[in-house]
Amino acid sequence: MLELSAFELAGKIASGEVSAREAAEAASERVEAAEPEVHAMITPTPELALERAGRVDERRARGEELAPWEGVPIAVKDVLSTRGVRTTCGSRILENFEPVYEATALARLGEPVVVGKANMDEFAMGSSTENSAFGPTRNPWDLSRVPGGSSGGSAAAVAAGEGWWALGTDTGGSVRQPAALCGIVGLKPTYGRVSRYGLIAFASSLDQIGPMTRDVRDAALLLSAIAGHDPRDSTSASAEVPDYLAELDRGVEGLRVGIISEMMGEGIEPGVREVVERAARSLEEAGAEVGEAHLPHQEYALAAYYIIAPAEVSSNLARFDGVRYGMRVEAEGVHEMFRRTRGRGFGDEAKRRIMLGTYALSSGYYEAYYAQAQKVRTRIIEDFRAAFSRFDVLLSPTSPTVAFGLGEKVEDPLAMYAQDICSIPANLAGIPAISVPGGLSEGLPVGVQLMGNHFAEATLLRAARTVEEASGFRFEMRP
Amino acid sequence: MEVKEREAYQAVIGLEFHAHIATRTKMFCGCRVSYGDPPNTHTCPVCLGHPGALPVANERAVELGVMAGLAMGCEVAPRAVFARKNYFYPDLPKGYQISQYEEPICTGGHIDVPTSSGTVRVRIRRLHLEEDTAKNVHVGTSGRMHGSTASLIDFNRSGTPLMEIVTEPDIPSAEAARETALRLRDILRAVGASEADMEKGQLRCEANVSIRNPDGSLGTRTELKNINSFRFMERAIERELRRQREIVASGGTVRQTTIHYDPEDDEVYETRSKEYAEDYRYFPEPDLLPLQLSEEWVEGLRARLPELPEAMRARFIEQYGLSEEAAGVLTAERELAAYYEEVASQVDPRQAANWISGDLRALLNESGLSISECKILPGHMAELIGLVQSGDLSRSAAKEVLERSFETGERPQEIVEREGLGTVGGDELSGIVERVISSNPEEARRVREGDRKVVGFLIGQVMRETRGNADGGKVREILMEKLGS
Repeated sequence: MLELSAFELAGKIASGEVSAREAAEAASERVEAAEPEVHAMITPTPELALERAGRVDERRARGEELAPWEGVPIAVKDVLSTRGVRTTCGSRILENFEPVYEATALARLGEPVVVGKANMDEFAMGSSTENSAFGPTRNPWDLSRVPGGSSGGSAAAVAAGEGWWALGTDTGGSVRQPAALCGIVGLKPTYGRVSRYGLIAFASSLDQIGPMTRDVRDAALLLSAIAGHDPRDSTSASAEVPDYLAELDRGVEGLRVGIISEMMGEGIEPGVREVVERAARSLEEAGAEVGEAHLPHQEYALAAYYIIAPAEVSSNLARFDGVRYGMRVEAEGVHEMFRRTRGRGFGDEAKRRIMLGTYALSSGYYEAYYAQAQKVRTRIIEDFRAAFSRFDVLLSPTSPTVAFGLGEKVEDPLAMYAQDICSIPANLAGIPAISVPGGLSEGLPVGVQLMGNHFAEATLLRAARTVEEASGFRFEMRP
Repeated sequence: MEVKEREAYQAVIGLEFHAHIATRTKMFCGCRVSYGDPPNTHTCPVCLGHPGALPVANERAVELGVMAGLAMGCEVAPRAVFARKNYFYPDLPKGYQISQYEEPICTGGHIDVPTSSGTVRVRIRRLHLEEDTAKNVHVGTSGRMHGSTASLIDFNRSGTPLMEIVTEPDIPSAEAARETALRLRDILRAVGASEADMEKGQLRCEANVSIRNPDGSLGTRTELKNINSFRFMERAIERELRRQREIVASGGTVRQTTIHYDPEDDEVYETRSKEYAEDYRYFPEPDLLPLQLSEEWVEGLRARLPELPEAMRARFIEQYGLSEEAAGVLTAERELAAYYEEVASQVDPRQAANWISGDLRALLNESGLSISECKILPGHMAELIGLVQSGDLSRSAAKEVLERSFETGERPQEIVEREGLGTVGGDELSGIVERVISSNPEEARRVREGDRKVVGFLIGQVMRETRGNADGGKVREILMEKLGS
């Protein structure tokens, strides 16, 4: 049962061949076995999983029709609000915080069989899950390496079979890069495709919730479950949600695919480049037209991102002040209480970005930094618009490297930031992007990134399915 | 001396208002807006600023904000952007307030303000939407934060829709400032945008006060905070202007500070230095899309604008022949104006104005009721005034009937009949006069002999017999006729 895809498992639950309870038990056993080595979870929730699975089985027994994703155990990044289950964001400041409401994306799953709240870089800031206040997660492919970040816990949980799939969040690549490093599929939908209600904000204008799955079909299925307009999130799109599964096997005949030149040169490991080139050839062989695409302002994307995201962080993290929930360090006077609570509650990376963002927004520097970064963002959007007038799908590596060693980049924030160089532009432009395993380099998985125009998830999934099939890469539980 | 200084140091005043928008629910969530309910009974993850909760703009608040702007002749922006205003305070649950900054919903416009020295046109710089903060309650001492043992926070107010209205510094006196505030209140009430009751905190005002030096240069401005009544507003500004004039006249310079007025001792105090401007780090709120306000939508609201106080006042004077003052009183409240118009359509409009702006308003003030809670229906009010006009009810009896009807809601005619309060007249009155003459022969004789001073005594006797329910003029007429003088 542990080797089935989520889609297959859901089918067996719906037909009664496997009960949701059996699946939840299998997942919980797997969590118990793998956690000491992988540490993918901040809070495993075996009782909750069993209770919810029990309800799914009861409903089925009563003759109720189950949604095609129900009963499949899921790991949830600890940045998504879960009613009554502590939600820490990987931070000390929320160590004991239990939300009073459920995130929309989770509520849409009906009776989500949550096996645990997955580890993450504090407030989703990082590319290695080493910034978690609860200790790092290890890559199931090589326990001495990082799983990527910030959804590293979610990615490792899926790779280790601790759940059939997971939800992550992607602000600058945090679904795709860990998916790439852990050999699974990670999809960042179009900004607005999935409600952010209940997603504890990192950078509101960039954040998006995305499926992290064993294969492309599972990604399509999970996206169908969570996509759609939410009246509680006014930035969520009211565009109709297509049937992603139905479109999946239409192939790529006639699809125009552009390889992004600016993401294939310096800084990209040769082994990674080879896998991407192989993916391009396989798309061509399947009937796509492959050409060369350009994003001329790509080189400024990282700089713009590291102004805009911290600016929003400095504001979004202001609510963690010890007044209403979470941690409080008592002190004489309210400002001293704020200061000590935040001083002790936040880790180094959170503090670094709060300071950066505060500076970038302060009067006198706003124009030079924040306003300028927004102009760059507009240029990058225009770059994509031009590229999508020629191509349906853009192709690149997801991450410039395979999984690196734990501790290797901790002392060098800029080297860490460079991990997101291929993934950030999609967030700045709000377009969908998917990472699909394309093969191995040095025995470690390499992710191939496909980007599409706004709301073109169905097209991306078709192309990703083609790459997946041609790569010969099959999901295999590790370690 | 005083007058000369005033001329030398002309006042330059700008006002900033915060008005609660009269919506049923909060600015960015569905919680009920309420005053006086038990603390923290109308809250949700959004207005408590819980992690992950997102704001959704209240459409009705946007409508009412635009209507207020239109009523003042503002331009409505086709695109308005919400912004975050970042600062730390315990009653600010998100660590920022959602407001508008570079692209407010309304700009321009004006209010024409009548003052004792002519009408002043006060330009409106901007009108924008924002949310209110929660409310801190400091316990342990006098209610001030300093020295208190604990602070409690009531989040019922958190997220209440507000509009901020900022005037240009066009206001030349404390009196004009007060009148501006009153006119603004009337406009907000007229369009239904706010109840704008200062005492209830629904309308809050800050004044930027400075004086123009004799050489024409503008002095440093101070910010007068916490003005919570129209009466104190004028006094506070007057007091602050006096302070500034005294400083400058004695060769000093005014510091840029925040000023607090204490009505107890009619004194102003500097509360904190404003030499360092606070940096709110405004930026566009990424959780809300810009408001797109089509011309069609704006024109739809414009068409729904009611008659505004200024126009209504002018019409009342013209149509009903009322004094400026009476027209002002009757048009200050929308419901009162409507009530008046209904009564005035049935009886003499000037009499109606006297009764409603006088006796009825006195009763309302005493009881603390609003006109919409008043038990006397407009038809009954007209009936009462009609009885007085026809001479069937004396004015003093009518007052008694008014009070009864005010309490019970009974028809005036019924009260008059049951209590026998109707005017005594005709044969009955004749009879009474004759009886009074025969039982006071001495006084009657003196009147016949031309002693006019005693007439009043006899009239008084007749009035006593009728328990006041006779027309004094009529009694005198009959009396004189019977005494043949």
